Amino acid sequence: MAAPDIQIDSRLEDLAERPPLGVIAADLVRRQPLGAAGLFIVLVMIFMAVFADFLTSYDPELNAFEDMHIAPGAEHYLGTDQFGRDILSRIIYGAQTALIIGFVAAFIGATLGLVLGVSSAYFGGRFDLIFQRVMDVFMAFPLIILALALVAIFGQKVENDVLLVIIAITIPFVPNCARVVRSSALAIREMPYIDAARALGYSHARIILCHMVPNVMAPYLIMVTAFVGQAILLEASLSYLGLGVQEPTAAWGLMLQGGAEEYAESAPWIAVFPGLAITFAVFGFNLFGDALRDVLDPKLRRR
Amino acid sequence: MTKVYSQIAIALAAGFALVASGAGSDAAAQNRGGILKYIIPSNPPSADAHRESTFGTIHPFAQFYSVLLRVNPSNPASTTDFKCDLCVGDVPKPTDGGLKYTFKIKKGVKWHRVNVTKNTPAETAKWSKAIGGTELNAHDLVATFKKLIDPPKGVISNRKAFFSMVESVTAPDDFTLVFKLKYPSGAFIPALALPYNFVYAKKILDTDMHWYEKYVLGTGPFKFVEWQVGSHIKAERNEAYYWKGQPYLDGTEAVFAKKYSINMQAIRGGRAYIQFRGFPPKMRDDLVKALGKKLTVQESDWNCALFMTPNNKVKPFDDVRVRRALSLALDRWGGSKYLSKIAIVKTVGGIVFPGHPLAATKKELEQIAGYWPDLEKSRAEARRLLKEAGQSNLKFVFHNRGVDQPYKVVGTWMIGQWKKIGLKVKQRVQPTGPFYATLRNKKDFDVSMDFNCQSIVNPLLDVSKFQSDTIASNQYAGFQDATMDAMFDKMNRSGDPAEQRRIMRKFEKRGLDEKAYQFITLWWYRIILHRTAVKGWKTSPSHYLNLDLANIWLEEPLLSAK
Amino acid sequence: MYQYIVKRVLLMVPTLLGAAVFVFFLLRFIPGDICELRMVGEGGYVDESALATCRAGIGIDKSIFLQFVDFMWGFVIFDLGTSMWTGQPIGYEIGLRFELSLQVAIMATVASVLIAIPLGTLSAVKQDTWIDYVVRGFSIAGIAMPSFWLGILIILFLLIGTQAFLGEAWMPPIVYVPIWEDPGYNLSMLIWPALATGYRYSAVATRMTRSALLEVLREDYVRTARAKGLLEKIIINRHALKNSLLPVVTVVGIEFAFLMGGLVVTEQVFNLNGLGKLFVESVLNTDYTLTQALVMVVVAVFVLVNFLVDLLYAWLDPRIRYS
Repeated sequence: MAAPDIQIDSRLEDLAERPPLGVIAADLVRRQPLGAAGLFIVLVMIFMAVFADFLTSYDPELNAFEDMHIAPGAEHYLGTDQFGRDILSRIIYGAQTALIIGFVAAFIGATLGLVLGVSSAYFGGRFDLIFQRVMDVFMAFPLIILALALVAIFGQKVENDVLLVIIAITIPFVPNCARVVRSSALAIREMPYIDAARALGYSHARIILCHMVPNVMAPYLIMVTAFVGQAILLEASLSYLGLGVQEPTAAWGLMLQGGAEEYAESAPWIAVFPGLAITFAVFGFNLFGDALRDVLDPKLRRR
Repeated sequence: MTKVYSQIAIALAAGFALVASGAGSDAAAQNRGGILKYIIPSNPPSADAHRESTFGTIHPFAQFYSVLLRVNPSNPASTTDFKCDLCVGDVPKPTDGGLKYTFKIKKGVKWHRVNVTKNTPAETAKWSKAIGGTELNAHDLVATFKKLIDPPKGVISNRKAFFSMVESVTAPDDFTLVFKLKYPSGAFIPALALPYNFVYAKKILDTDMHWYEKYVLGTGPFKFVEWQVGSHIKAERNEAYYWKGQPYLDGTEAVFAKKYSINMQAIRGGRAYIQFRGFPPKMRDDLVKALGKKLTVQESDWNCALFMTPNNKVKPFDDVRVRRALSLALDRWGGSKYLSKIAIVKTVGGIVFPGHPLAATKKELEQIAGYWPDLEKSRAEARRLLKEAGQSNLKFVFHNRGVDQPYKVVGTWMIGQWKKIGLKVKQRVQPTGPFYATLRNKKDFDVSMDFNCQSIVNPLLDVSKFQSDTIASNQYAGFQDATMDAMFDKMNRSGDPAEQRRIMRKFEKRGLDEKAYQFITLWWYRIILHRTAVKGWKTSPSHYLNLDLANIWLEEPLLSAK
Repeated sequence: MYQYIVKRVLLMVPTLLGAAVFVFFLLRFIPGDICELRMVGEGGYVDESALATCRAGIGIDKSIFLQFVDFMWGFVIFDLGTSMWTGQPIGYEIGLRFELSLQVAIMATVASVLIAIPLGTLSAVKQDTWIDYVVRGFSIAGIAMPSFWLGILIILFLLIGTQAFLGEAWMPPIVYVPIWEDPGYNLSMLIWPALATGYRYSAVATRMTRSALLEVLREDYVRTARAKGLLEKIIINRHALKNSLLPVVTVVGIEFAFLMGGLVVTEQVFNLNGLGKLFVESVLNTDYTLTQALVMVVVAVFVLVNFLVDLLYAWLDPRIRYS
C-alpha cells in the first residue's frame, strides 16, 4: 500500500475553493466530462428541490378529478395522473423527497459504517473477527428483503412514511460501507504514525477519529455518493412492493408504483416521466460518484 | 380525451352485447373439450377450504369437490336462489317446527380415481387407489359437517360460528342426511350453501384430519392432476361426474400470479382466458381496446365494502362531532363517479349490500350524514362541527393497508376530501399482517381503512361489524353500544322482512349518523374480463361463488388452442 | 491449502449461525402473525378460537425461547420443517424455486459477462474518447433504471410489438418448465428477465474490466510488447485481457451470489416462481419457518460462492497462495 495520500484532501479543497468558478468548471468538463454531466444533473435536482415552490403553480397533493389523465400539453407539460394532479409538479416536489431520503439515508448509513469499520480495523483481533462475521450475514441478506422486514417492523410505531423509508434503507447500508472502510483502514492501522500515536498514549477514540478516519475519507465519500443513488432506487423498489413513501406525498417511486403498471399503455406519461426522473437522478449520482472515485482513488489516478 | 372514451364506450357496449348473446346461446349445444386456462391473483395457503378464508383456496380447489348446496350456477347473481348439488330434488323445507332438515343424498356419486403420474403425490395415489371409484354416501357428509361444525382439537373450522344453531348431524341410512337445530334459523340454509363446505371422504378424515390441507381427492367435476406450490395447478375432466354431460372442458390449468398487471397481460397474450376475481376499470378499458370483440366484460356490484374506521378510543375521535365531520367531508356521490374510473369501487350504499331488499333506497340514504345531496351544506356542517369540537386544524395519520386496489386509491381520495375542509392528513400503510395487528390492538391508529367482504349475501349477518366489539371481534372502531346489539338480535330473530327492514334503517342511522361509529365509503365493483370464447359462466356479487367450472365451455379458437 | 480450505469451511458456521439468530429475532419483531393474516385478512368473520387453534398448530403460541430452541434444534439435525403458509415441507418449497432461480442467475451472469467484457475492453482501448463516454454512460444507465420499470417496459414492448407485427399479442410464458423438458418454451420465458438483469449487473463488471485493463496496459510487459511492434489487437487479446480478468472474476462471482436470492423485484414483474418472489411472499406473510430457511439458503449460497471465487482467484493467479 502506498503512503496515505495527503494530496487527496488538498485536491478536494482545490476543487471546492479555488476561484474563479468558470475555470474550475471548464477544467472539470475537460478532465471528467461524465462526472461533470453527473454533477450537472445533481445540481439541477437540488435546484428543483429547493425552488419547488416557485417552479410550479400546481399543488402536487391536491386531487382534481375533473382533470384526470390529461395528456402532456400546454396546460400540463407532462400531463396529469389518475387523481388529476400535475405530473411535472409532482416530479419537482418529488426531488425533495428523493434528496431527503437519499442524503439522509446515505449519510447516516455510511457514517455509521465508517465508525464501525474503522473501529473494527483498529481494534482487530477477536472483535474484528466477530464483526466480520456479522457483516457477512448482512451482506448476504438481500437488501430489499431486509428493508421490507424493517418496514413491517417499524410501520406500527413510526407514523411518518418518509422517516420509515429512511430507517428501512439506512440500516442495510451500514455493513456495506463498514466493509469497504475496514479494508482501507486495515492498511492504515499498520502505519508508523498510528504506532506513534499509541505510544504517546492517545485515547482510542482520539486515534480513531483524528488519525484513522481522515485517511479513509476517500472510500467513505465514494460510498456516500453511491448510496444516494441506491437509496433512491431502493425507495422505488419498496414502493413497487407497496411499502415505500405514501400518498399524497410527492415521491417518484410512488408515482411509478401507482401508475406504471395500470396506466402504462393508455396514459404512458404517468409511468414514463417519474421513471425517467429516477433514472436521471441515479444516473447523475453514479456518474458523479465514478468521477469522484477516479479523482480520489490514488490507484486509478493518472496525471 | 373524449374521443378515446367514446371509443372505449363503444367497445364496452360491444362487450356487453356479446354477454347477452352468449347468455342467449346457452340453450345451444355446448362444445366439449379444451383446456380452460385461468389465472388466480393469490398463492393459496392450503387446499382445505374448511380452514381457510381466502378466495385463493376456493378458486383453484372448488373444481375438485362437491358441496351439499350451492348458489344456482345459472343464476349466481341471485342472493336467495340455492340449488342441490349432492342432495336430490329441491332444497328441503324444515319439519318439526323448523328444527329438522332431511336431505336425500344422490346415488352414484363416485370418489375420484386419479391418473397417477410422476407428479401425483404418493398420498393422493394411495387414497385414490383405496377409495377411488367407490360411492360417496351420507356418512361422508356427516364426517364433513362434523369437521365444520365441531372440529376436534387442533383442527380449524373457520366458520364454525355459522353453524351455531346446529344440534346434531346424523345419517339414519346411507343416503339420508339429517340436521337437527337448537332453534329455527333463517341463516341455516345460507350457511349450508357456503362455498367453503367442500365434501371430504370419511375414510380419509378418519385417518388424518389434516390430510385435505395438502392433498386433493373429491367428487367434483374435475380430477386432480398436479399442484406445483406457488406456480400452478392442473385438473382433468371427471368422466364419472354425476351432472350428466358436465363438465364440458377436458381440463383446467390455473396459474397463480398476484399482480393484476400480469393477470391482464396473460389474458391479453393468451396465457389465460379468464380471471375470476376482478380487474380495475383502467385495465378493462385497455384490454377492451386491445382485444375488441375477443374480450367479454361482465360487471356486478360486489359484496365487499370499504370502511372508514375512526378509533373511538383515542382523542379527538372519541368525540362524535369529530367522527361525523370525517364522514360529512366525503363526497360519496361525486367520488363514485370518478373513483369508478380508477378503482374497483363504484356503488354508494349504506351498511347493506346495495340492491338487496334490505338496503336503503337512495332517498333513505340521503337522510344520513355524509350522503346528503347538498355537498356544500355537508362540508359547512363538517367545518362547524370541527370548530365546535375545537378541532378546526386537526392533523392526523390515516392508516391503510399496503394494497393498491382499492385501499390506497380510495385512501388517497379520502385524504383529498378531508383537505377540502381544512384537515391535514398523512397516510401510513402497512403490509396486511401488521395492518391487521394494528387494527386489532385498537391503539396504534387514529383513523383506519377497514373492509368487510362475504361470500353469500346475507345482510342480517353481514352487518355484524356494527355490534359492540365485545361481541363482534371484527369491529375495530372500539365502541360498545347495547342498543345496537339489541337491534341486531331483534332483526335476526324476526321472521318478517318488513320488520327487519324497519329495524335495519334505525340500526343504520344510529351507526353511521347519530353515533357515527364507523363509516362505509363505497362498495366494491366487480369487473370480470374474459376471452369471449369462454362460455357458460356468469358473474355474481362475490368472487367466492360459482367456481366449480363445470358449466364452462369453450368456443373456437380457444377450444383448439394448445 | 488444505488447512486454508478447512479453515474457510469452519468460518462459514458462525456466519450461518449468526444469520439464523438474526433472522429469527427480526421476524418476531414484525407485528401480527401468520394466523391473523390468513383468518382476518379477507375481511370476513373472525373466529378467535380458530385463531388460537391455528397458533397452537404451528407452535407460535409457545414462548420465544422455546421457539428458538426448536428452530436451533432443527438447524442441528438439518430439518427445515414445514412452511407455515402452505404446510408443505420447506425442502420441497425451496427445491421447486431453486432450479428456476439458479437458471436465471446463470443466464443473467453469462449475459452480464458477454456485455461487460467487450464493452469494458472497448472503453479502455478508446479511453477518453466519445466511444468511452458512450459506453460508460450506457452501462451506468443500466444500474440507474429501477429494475421493475425496465421489466414493465420490456413486457409492454413485447405485447405491443407482437400485436403490431403478428396481429396477436404474445406474452412470455408464466409457468416454468425445466429447460430439459422444453428448451424453447423455457428460454422464451427466462431470456427476458435474464437480459434485463444481465444488463443491470454488467455495469460494475464493465467498469472493473475497463480499469483493470487500463492498469495492465500501463505495465512494463505491455510496453515491451508494443515496442516489439506487436499488433494492438494481439496485445489486448493475448496479453492484457487475460491478466486483467482477475478482478472481473471476483465481481462476477459476487454478483452471481447476489442474484440467487436478490432477484426479488424482477421476479415479481415477470411472475417467476423463484426464490426472490417466495422470499417477499414469506416475509409479508410472516411465515417464520420459511423465511428463516430462505435466509439460511441465501446466506449459504453467498458464503459458498465467495469461497469458490477465492479458490478460483488462487487458481488463476499463481502469485496468490493461501496457507
